[in-house]
Amino acid sequence: MTAADTRLAVLGAGVMGTAIATLAIGRGFAVTLLDVDAGALERARRAVPQQLRMARLMGALPRGAGAGELTTTSAIYDLAGAGAVVESVTELPRVKARVLAEASAVVAPGTLLMTNTSGIPVDELADAVARPQDLVGTHFMNPPYLIRTVEVIRGPRSGDAAMAAVLELLEALDREGIVVGDGPGFVINRILQRTINEAARMVQEQLATPEAVDGLFTGCLGHASGPLATADLIGLDNVVDSLRVLRDRTGDAGYEPCELLLTKVGSGDFGRKTGRGFFDHRKAL
Amino acid sequence: MSTSIEHPAQRAAPESPVQAALLSFLQSRTSTAWDVDVDLFADGGVSSLFAMELVVFVEQEFDVEVGGEDLVLDNFRTVRAMAALVERLREHARA
Repeated sequence: MTAADTRLAVLGAGVMGTAIATLAIGRGFAVTLLDVDAGALERARRAVPQQLRMARLMGALPRGAGAGELTTTSAIYDLAGAGAVVESVTELPRVKARVLAEASAVVAPGTLLMTNTSGIPVDELADAVARPQDLVGTHFMNPPYLIRTVEVIRGPRSGDAAMAAVLELLEALDREGIVVGDGPGFVINRILQRTINEAARMVQEQLATPEAVDGLFTGCLGHASGPLATADLIGLDNVVDSLRVLRDRTGDAGYEPCELLLTKVGSGDFGRKTGRGFFDHRKAL
Repeated sequence: MSTSIEHPAQRAAPESPVQAALLSFLQSRTSTAWDVDVDLFADGGVSSLFAMELVVFVEQEFDVEVGGEDLVLDNFRTVRAMAALVERLREHARA
């Protein structure tokens, strides 16, 4: 699976879908980006060239020639010739299942189907597709054109051929896939969201300030960023959503979003994207 | 940044209108005074996301296009480097 012989289809022109398209185009793949919302496709057509420049500026994508072509569409049958499909629609199991079902009905048997998710188990979606053995999970970090490592999820029904294909595709994209088993939140979010919740709870209990919590993780443990700065980057609204997904699927009360997180989300302090979360980002550049 | 605090006498004045315009833009966006030789992306400086904003500012303000091999962070690391890039691109456009 190389840029020369594979057209990549990306379903969903949101933040992640658009940025995954940027990564693939920057690595020479022709990309078909599908969304039902014409406005989202228009925004993506403007964003992709800007993201390509950003990635090149940072030295994360090759400069100069060799970029793939971007095609945008709202018609599912335009996926027919795709060599691989990345579903990256809204993080709602019902919506993901419907889109994956439609895509798997259009592409040839044996075509790799990836569901890009931060925590919905792959096997929850496998029933929706025509051939569950073709479906694997990927969890790209944001932005995928700058962060090389990708969490790859092997569902109980993911086939050997699909697993080989996803790793081959990631290699062609110059990404490193790390394969883990299926389950709510996989590895990253099952651990990270719990950590964020505990960190927020300690701030709520006035045992530590956000600066103190993060200072310990960066200073003592050498983490590049503490859990609360990470939460601000993810978006506290997304953190609360992920915690609820984990709570509902594990039954573990430790994932119940703590009061402070709910209060911040309730008052519109989502973190970096609104200018304030656990930290003030309004002056930071 | 600390250089300018510790050695105020050594702060270099802008040597060209391009450098002056860049310093003024940086000051307006960061509420901090910058020296033409300070590494903007070093610890305590601006984030790499702001780098893209600098690229767009340079292109619009000085009517140049930054692409290909010029699109590297090192060309935007200091005011002096950005001004040199602008001069180079302007000369190229005149040639």
